[in-house]
Amino acid sequence: MNTTVVNTGTEGKTWGGGNEPLKASYGKMMMWFFIVSDALTFSGFLAAYGFSRFKFIGTWPIADEVFTHVPFLHGQELPMIYVAFMTFVLIMSSVTMVLAVDAGHHMKKSKVTFYMFLTIIGGLIFVGSQAWEWATFIQGDYGAVQTKGGNILQFVNAEGERVALRDFVVAEHSERTTHENKNGLWFVGESSLPTYTVEEVVKGLESHSDILVRTQTLDEHGHKTVLTREESLKALKTNGKMVVEGANLHVNEYGSPLFADFFFFITGFHGFHVFSGVVLNIIIFFNVILGTYERRGSYEMVEKVGLYWHFVDLVWVFVFTFFYLV
Amino acid sequence: MSAHADTHAHDDHGHHHKETFVTKYIFSMDHKMIAKQYLITGTIMGIIGIVMSLMFRMQIAWPEEPNVLFEALLGKWAPNGVMDADIYLALVTIHGTIMVFFVLTAGLSGTFSNLLIPLQIGARDMASGFLNMVSYWLFFLSSVIMVLSLFVEAGPAAAGWTIYPPLSALPMAQGGSGAGMTLWLVAMAIFIASSLLGSLNYVVTVINLRTKGMSMTRLPLTIWAFFVTAIIGIISFPVLLSAALLLIMDRSFGTSFFLSDIFIQGEVLHYQGGSPVLFEHLFWFLGHPEVYIVLLPALGITSEIISTNSRKPIFGYRAMVVSILAIAFLSTIVWGHHMFVSGMNPFLGSVFTFTTLLIAIPSAVKAFNYITTLWKGNLQMNPAMLFSIGLVSTFITGGLTGIILGDSALDINVHDTYFVVAHFHLVMGISALYGMFAGIYHWYPKMFGRMMNKNLGYIHFWITAICAYGVFFPMHFIGMAGLPRRYYTNSNFPLFDDLANVNVVITVFALIGGAFQLVFLYNFFSSMFFGKKAEQNPWKSNTLEWTTPVEHVHGNWPGEIPHVHRWAYDYSKPGHEADFVPQNVPLMDGEEELQH
Repeated sequence: MNTTVVNTGTEGKTWGGGNEPLKASYGKMMMWFFIVSDALTFSGFLAAYGFSRFKFIGTWPIADEVFTHVPFLHGQELPMIYVAFMTFVLIMSSVTMVLAVDAGHHMKKSKVTFYMFLTIIGGLIFVGSQAWEWATFIQGDYGAVQTKGGNILQFVNAEGERVALRDFVVAEHSERTTHENKNGLWFVGESSLPTYTVEEVVKGLESHSDILVRTQTLDEHGHKTVLTREESLKALKTNGKMVVEGANLHVNEYGSPLFADFFFFITGFHGFHVFSGVVLNIIIFFNVILGTYERRGSYEMVEKVGLYWHFVDLVWVFVFTFFYLV
Repeated sequence: MSAHADTHAHDDHGHHHKETFVTKYIFSMDHKMIAKQYLITGTIMGIIGIVMSLMFRMQIAWPEEPNVLFEALLGKWAPNGVMDADIYLALVTIHGTIMVFFVLTAGLSGTFSNLLIPLQIGARDMASGFLNMVSYWLFFLSSVIMVLSLFVEAGPAAAGWTIYPPLSALPMAQGGSGAGMTLWLVAMAIFIASSLLGSLNYVVTVINLRTKGMSMTRLPLTIWAFFVTAIIGIISFPVLLSAALLLIMDRSFGTSFFLSDIFIQGEVLHYQGGSPVLFEHLFWFLGHPEVYIVLLPALGITSEIISTNSRKPIFGYRAMVVSILAIAFLSTIVWGHHMFVSGMNPFLGSVFTFTTLLIAIPSAVKAFNYITTLWKGNLQMNPAMLFSIGLVSTFITGGLTGIILGDSALDINVHDTYFVVAHFHLVMGISALYGMFAGIYHWYPKMFGRMMNKNLGYIHFWITAICAYGVFFPMHFIGMAGLPRRYYTNSNFPLFDDLANVNVVITVFALIGGAFQLVFLYNFFSSMFFGKKAEQNPWKSNTLEWTTPVEHVHGNWPGEIPHVHRWAYDYSKPGHEADFVPQNVPLMDGEEELQH
């Protein structure tokens, strides 16, 4: 073809062809479009969360009462402190990732290694903290009673502070056997029995005159409704179905089970992304040490995993906002 | 930079000739081979989907009458040849799934995006041949799983292709809700991964690998359509993934995202607070753009074929591009029109009515532009052209009923009747299928180096066209008469007795139309070996793929990649001897560029 000498009429134009109009290699752009796609997956989850939360806007658990624990500070109510720490660590790991990418632009291998290492450590602290937070959430705190209608009854003292079941209920160790699939309908099962029965809770409530029942309904100030003494006993006796300790995918001592469902699913899905990010970072880290990118003459791979890492951080900002702050 | 990449690829081509059978035909990274793999897999899935539709059509026409075919194909699901109600629902479900996703998404987009994007923009291959290969094999794996789900003992998924909960969320809800549904979800999750990898490749290839001179306004409309389709895929499929993952949690781990307060056999299940309407929202956020994922590639192919075979420039190139973009944008904000009777807020319904009716504007622009391109053209009535004109026809007839269904006040009257079935089969099913046939007839010489038999093509088109209208035209009327979809028999309702004969007519047309697809299959496979050898540029077309050698070479062009000097639609341009001027021909002295 002798056409090469002739002008195509698009010389110097950004989108004229034969160049990279967005000044990005195809690999980097693929990462960007992958991020767009993944962002929409998370949007789907968060939109579903919002949809469900608005359905129960009058009874949704108060996050400040749920996430109050900090490791090594047992028994103290410190709302949001630990998750703030987790968030800080994750954002700092984004900062170290930026520094690693920047060092890569300057082809400084040792600096890239160092900052990648810090990023990996930050990611591991985050994933570990999340595991701890899950464990704490699953284990529960005060315990509650679920009603036949699926609502949660919690217990408070005269000052309105929450009271744990173990502080006023005595377990009478009678013979109780767990309902098992093989003894009943195959699709109805029970994981394990809670520490107390509803009758034991009723007895405990009757013998402690200062304890009241708090329902999950929010009043106009955003506080949960506390029943009077008579209402408390009546609610517990007529509606109490089972004792709930902690949270899992079926029940949740803090309120709507959907809160726990979405919490586990969305933070779990995000945690899976962080974990994958850490694995990718470790692979790239070893490639950096082995000098792969030094030989290739470009640290673009560090930049690509950096994009992914920042995206995972950004998603956490949204998850953090919607689950913990608002 | 790119010059360097070119020579590099060229060198590769030089000492890359030692391909084994496995790397050439199975784990190939060459986009042309991957396109063929998509086409063959899609065709096989299409045969399965069409045979299913013929079976349930026979059941509808002659309900509960023994049929040897049922006994042979369905085995225990058709005791004494009488079709079981459960398998009817399963057949409808799997037919929808296979046709929408496996044939008209992967089979259509996968084939022609892969074949045409590198060839028409002037690239050696896709940006990442490896990811392209992975994308195909994930699609293959998901096809295998979907087909295997047919053999689950309790039956394949039977909740409809929209898999609304609770039928899809409670494993004990119906036979197909158990392992069949699980396999369905697994297959779709893999399919979404495959589609994502494919789309990423298509988009970045179009952005980065266009040859010198191939500006965005010189791109053939096929490429515009594939490009925008891939973007819609990147945006909408992940939301289906969200829905599928939440559904898997509900099914297998006992969450309540889509379920609430359900009793089974007197036992109250523990689910509490979820909403099936939430699933519908998530599903249709994919589901509606999916319609355009299916349709846009067919429209792009049609633009190209109509212009080539009218020997006229496409009418309103920029209007076509803008309408593709407008359709893509609007497609993401209209999903609620599938949910007018779901219990959604009626006010929200009126908003969705408004956005839905807006789509009529860009769609009408496209339809008018096709007609004005045809107007006074020097029409070359080859099979590809006939199918393209057929697409314009079904796009208009199916689109008109869309205006009725898009309006919530009207839709409620015909919701879930055969009116809806007729509408979407014409506007996206048959239209996209015509686009696919048109593309196969047109680019067959590029794919296989031989020509398909024209006369068999004519027979195929005319019988298919008559039968498609024979099937779907009467459906509008039985739908307006109130006949509901998804009932395996209507003989229990004396109200519908009068419609029984119409159903027989429809089924007869379906059987004839289905049988004549064998003509196409024969033509397709026999031409591979016995077809007339193709010439360099059999349709006298302007686009770059016809400048590559008939015998495929790795890297597409044996020498340098041609540069582009003009748009793709310089047909019958005054001042030129031939009635076509390929894109790589430089402008003559004093010649003005028509479109830039």
